Amino acid sequence: MLNVEGLRSRYGRIEVLHGIDLHVDSGEIVTVVGANGAGKTTLLRCLSGIQPVSGGSITFRGEILTEVPAFRRLKRGLAQSPEGRQIFTSLTVEENLRLGAFLYSDERVDRDMEDAFQMFPILREKRNLAAGGLSGGQQQMLAIARALMGRPSCLLLDEPSMGLAPILVQQIFDVVKGLKALSVTVLLVEQNAFGALKIADRGYVMETGQITMEGAAAELIADPRVREAYLGI
Amino acid sequence: MRLSEKHWTLLILIVLVALTPFFFPSSYYFRVGSLIFINGIAVTGIVILTGYAGQISLGHAGFAGIGAYTCALAPVHLGIHPALAVVLGAAISGALAWLVGRPILRLKGYYLAVASLGLGILVSMLLTNEAWLTRGPDGIDVPDPGLRDLFRAMGLGFSATEAWYVFNGFMLIVGAWLALNLYDSPTGRALRALHGSEIAARTVGVDVAGAKLTALVISAVYASVSGSLLALQNKFITPDVSGYMHSIEIVTMAVLGGAGSVLGAIFGAGILTMLPQVLTVFAEYEQILLGLVMMLVMIFMREGLLPSVLRLVRGRGE
Repeated sequence: MLNVEGLRSRYGRIEVLHGIDLHVDSGEIVTVVGANGAGKTTLLRCLSGIQPVSGGSITFRGEILTEVPAFRRLKRGLAQSPEGRQIFTSLTVEENLRLGAFLYSDERVDRDMEDAFQMFPILREKRNLAAGGLSGGQQQMLAIARALMGRPSCLLLDEPSMGLAPILVQQIFDVVKGLKALSVTVLLVEQNAFGALKIADRGYVMETGQITMEGAAAELIADPRVREAYLGI
Repeated sequence: MRLSEKHWTLLILIVLVALTPFFFPSSYYFRVGSLIFINGIAVTGIVILTGYAGQISLGHAGFAGIGAYTCALAPVHLGIHPALAVVLGAAISGALAWLVGRPILRLKGYYLAVASLGLGILVSMLLTNEAWLTRGPDGIDVPDPGLRDLFRAMGLGFSATEAWYVFNGFMLIVGAWLALNLYDSPTGRALRALHGSEIAARTVGVDVAGAKLTALVISAVYASVSGSLLALQNKFITPDVSGYMHSIEIVTMAVLGGAGSVLGAIFGAGILTMLPQVLTVFAEYEQILLGLVMMLVMIFMREGLLPSVLRLVRGRGE
């Protein structure tokens, strides 16, 4: 579904992605784990079109995305829930969700919003409040719900567990796992390697702008090198 | 919630426009009221550009100048009706905003403020210096669109000042109504979204550059119509309408009253239009007092006068 080949990107003169190869197949949950500063977020920003690519290619459902501007990628089925949640704080919860469905004006928007409220009942309670007043966990739920309103076939998630209390982290990972049932393919970037690998089908380990390991999530969890470097065991 | 705010705004405007004339002791007050409406129209455009989309322009008087001088020149040189000249001026202003905005609004930051400042000064210089067409700094006569005759045909025997008061009040209400409808439309939500976070707006599929351009063009049309009405009402216009000071005035009115809300910004237009009339008793201290008022508002009421006062009235519940 999503194919990345030899992807390079730079900030000014400093290259931060040195040729990334990865692929995500339809229906999978794939995770990219790695330490802070490994380039995970840059990778996602390239995929969603916010960060310019200096080499390599991104193919999504058979179409080369590399030159497609960010705001057109959602229409092709690729949604992103950006790092730091980036919800619209001065707008209400409902307005945030409606913006998620910005591309659509049919009656399915209301049904999708109903589904979002089913998935996250707290959002229904707070639908007319400014989104900036939500707690961190609720904002993360809103960010995911908003991304789903865009009817993606593939969702890019950037550090959904960041800054959340442990009990909420588990809740968010359960939500991500549940996306499989909605037949949404997920590419999940996480520092919380253990939590991410536990719900993923496959995983990649990223270090200083390169993929250093890849494999089935269960194998990676069991790998002594991964355990030592990322799982703290 | 929002729905009621929209209806409240319109209701308050209609009541103010319709009822305050009963307390006017002289036709001078109709004139001041009419000027408030004209400024209110330009300021409503700024609410869309700055309040909704978060973009700053320091050259909107340039568009007012285009609107005003189109009304002065097009009826004479092209033989069209002055009312049609208002539409033509709006079209020219919109087209110019589109041309200038297209390359600039792709960039993030203060480029629009600087570029619009330059555009405003350029328009002002053209209107001042091309005296063969515009008669230069001394100003030019503007043809009468026959507004009084129109009202007379409807059986309303208004004086010229009263006629303009009613008409400009009507135009302001229409302008406010359009701006309030935009607020809750998908385009309005997109503008407010990119104001909050451009990156997030792009990830939900908003063409950020395109949306900003839409806001700029709409606000340019508002400024242009405002300039046209000023020219037609006064039957005379000078290049001052397009001057840098006028641009600053429009933005100050919006920020002072509260750029985030239509009613607040119009309130700001009212205050800043009336204040100089009131402060004339202080003669040479007028400018100093005006500056002081603005500084105090920005220090103590950053959201603008009206939203801050409303918050106080409602108590500290919010």
